[in-house]
Amino acid sequence: MPNKKTTVAFSGTKEQEEALRKVISEKKDEKGALMPILQQAQDIYGYLPKEVMKIISDETRIPMEKIYGVATFYAQFTLNPKGKYRISVCLGTACYVKGSGDIYNKLMEKLGIVGGECTPDGKFSLDACRCVGACGLAPVMMVNDEVYGRLTVDDIDDILAKYE
Amino acid sequence: MKSLDELRQIREQYKDILELRMHVAHKIEVKAQEAVEHKKRAVMVCGGTGCTSSGSRRVIERLKEEIKKQGLEEDVSVVMTGCFGLCALGPIMIVYPEGAFYSRVNEDEIPEIVEQHLLHGKVDTKYLYSETVKGNTVLPLQDTPFYKKQKRVALHNCGMINPEKIEEYIGTGGYEALGKVLTTMTPQDVIDTISASGLRGRGGAGFPTGKKWQFARANDADQKYVCCNADEGDPGAFMDRSILEGDPHEVLEAMAIAGYAIGASQGYIYVRAEYPIAVERLNIAIKQARQMGLLGKNIFDTGFDFDIELRLGAGAFVCGEETALMTSIEGHRGEPRPRPPFPALKGLFEKPTILNNVETWANIPQIIMKGPEWFASMGTEKSKGTKVFALGGKIHNIGLVEVPMGTTLREIVEEIGGGIPKGKKFKAAQTGGPSGGCIPAEHLDVPIDYENLTAIGSMMGSGGLIVMDEDTCMVDIAKFFLNFTVDESCGKCSPCRLGTKRLLEMLDKITSGDATMADLDKLEELCYYIKDNALCALGQTAPNPVLSTLRYFRDEYIAHIVDKKCPAGVCKDLLVYKIDPDKCKGCTLCARTCPNDAIIGKVKEPHAIDPNKCVKCGACMEKCRFGAIYKE
Repeated sequence: MPNKKTTVAFSGTKEQEEALRKVISEKKDEKGALMPILQQAQDIYGYLPKEVMKIISDETRIPMEKIYGVATFYAQFTLNPKGKYRISVCLGTACYVKGSGDIYNKLMEKLGIVGGECTPDGKFSLDACRCVGACGLAPVMMVNDEVYGRLTVDDIDDILAKYE
Repeated sequence: MKSLDELRQIREQYKDILELRMHVAHKIEVKAQEAVEHKKRAVMVCGGTGCTSSGSRRVIERLKEEIKKQGLEEDVSVVMTGCFGLCALGPIMIVYPEGAFYSRVNEDEIPEIVEQHLLHGKVDTKYLYSETVKGNTVLPLQDTPFYKKQKRVALHNCGMINPEKIEEYIGTGGYEALGKVLTTMTPQDVIDTISASGLRGRGGAGFPTGKKWQFARANDADQKYVCCNADEGDPGAFMDRSILEGDPHEVLEAMAIAGYAIGASQGYIYVRAEYPIAVERLNIAIKQARQMGLLGKNIFDTGFDFDIELRLGAGAFVCGEETALMTSIEGHRGEPRPRPPFPALKGLFEKPTILNNVETWANIPQIIMKGPEWFASMGTEKSKGTKVFALGGKIHNIGLVEVPMGTTLREIVEEIGGGIPKGKKFKAAQTGGPSGGCIPAEHLDVPIDYENLTAIGSMMGSGGLIVMDEDTCMVDIAKFFLNFTVDESCGKCSPCRLGTKRLLEMLDKITSGDATMADLDKLEELCYYIKDNALCALGQTAPNPVLSTLRYFRDEYIAHIVDKKCPAGVCKDLLVYKIDPDKCKGCTLCARTCPNDAIIGKVKEPHAIDPNKCVKCGACMEKCRFGAIYKE
């Protein structure tokens, strides 16, 4: 069953931690450094678990609750890990009027999860996203960095099959 | 960079390369299938997000391979550019000097195109954009309906130069304006020039740019800031992204000019992290400008210092609001601050700050070089210059268009946009995104400028222009935008946080057929309350999609409420699926497809749908081979 608050055990490596500490020491004296640090931390770990925010807090002397506040304010930051294949369906206006809502619903039905969740096997995660800017190809979805455009509901099975 | 002479030397070196691409200057008449020899050719391939998504990187690789195979490397250059505008036809490739416009290029066509066109000099019309082919002649791009009425100012370099090469920008006259400003003008001269041009903010509100700079100049401080708003959050808008991808140096140069005008030495560009190509090109551009000494210390040996830093947004629509954007650069939750104090007095890090939108910046260097009169000669009385629109939705020519202010919506939709596909009827155009409104057919002939759009209940906004046809339900569209605002409301003030949520609930009630006419009055009352009381522009404009659809499509709301019907056939709860007994052959396919066994009937006899069991998924309608199933 889908589970929104999955607590996947933190499994950060030593290399990741070193990379993170390097980023922090480079940035922490810059004005307004928290956002760039969080962005790079997410690049390193793929998400922002509590353990990572704790390291940032200790190093920058910025309180945990403030970091948590910033991390939960912006849509780009995620406190949960994403699937191996990250699916995002554009629900921008141009795609929406061309039927991307149906594509999104079909994916939820197929994957058995709702937007923002990850399948229990960690394979697919599904998100609705704002305009990716490929309005000429509307409706559009992305699987990791691959863009699929001019979609119809019938294309979904074939696309998912590529990643099975 | 020590002097303008040094800059002009680089310009001279790139003169031939760039002239090759000035198709208009060549006035070559191109006949199809007729071999014409040109010593040098340039192949421009769009590397914007739209074309990259449809495979332009692979086209470039293949081109380079084939050109090498044919031994043409010396004579043919392949240039990756920014957006040409016609995103629907991507990947796009233009070959100069002929100006042959290849659309929807497939990598497998490349060997033939390279051999025929680049080797033998024969333009093959088979692969060209059909609008450019007239009988045996290949028309210049400027003569096609899509480009004829456009005037490219902010986009003038997009598609013309390689955005990852500063020399090409300099070759088109780039950084001359900065040189001119630093060596021959006082800061006040610069502001007067911008004021005289009549340029107004292209981010949506239309505040006079010169006035904004004047305020910031007047406030003394040890440090001031120049910011660029590249947090283009309106769904369906991609003007700013295209400029950053196609001509990033234009923005850097403009910001440095503003730095000199207001007395700032530091700039920030706040760009959406969802725009990876724009971010990459900005990074490259900043690095190159620093290496050339066009950013950094003592620019043009005048003692003027200016540098720019990039900050990535993290997906919050409200950060397009100026005070929220500054709060976000400071590293906080991107919540807006009450104004006054205005940013010109207390902005970023509490210092005097100006913030302009990408498209506004893209106009500045040309105003300095060509003069304010040139700029003011375009447009309407109160709105000067041009405006870029991202044309999308139910329209043929989806893409980026730039037109003089005062162009009518009809010209954009019917001529430039090529009308609505599948012979459907135009219903409305949406401008201004979640802050704007829907413009109905009766106002198609209104000349577009800031004042006119506001008067008809929409707004200029940043330039998203989404076309809707008769299949679009206006209540559903209002709901779509409210969904967006509810999601993006930062939560700081209650009129927006609670009000938009209640609005959405009321709209839900209407589209599910549970509302009464009294709810409609409540809906309207709440809209005006939010408009008057929300803290920032996001909240104040959030009810606009509801108000404008109520104004022009009130009958659709009433149809949902009184008749319990959705005239466009979109709102599921109000739809009833039926089978036409005359058309039904009794093949049983629909009954077998129905996930809820709602279809009853015997083989070879007309079937019927049980409305109490029907879940309105539409699966039966898709499967029926005889068109016997309809919805109403």
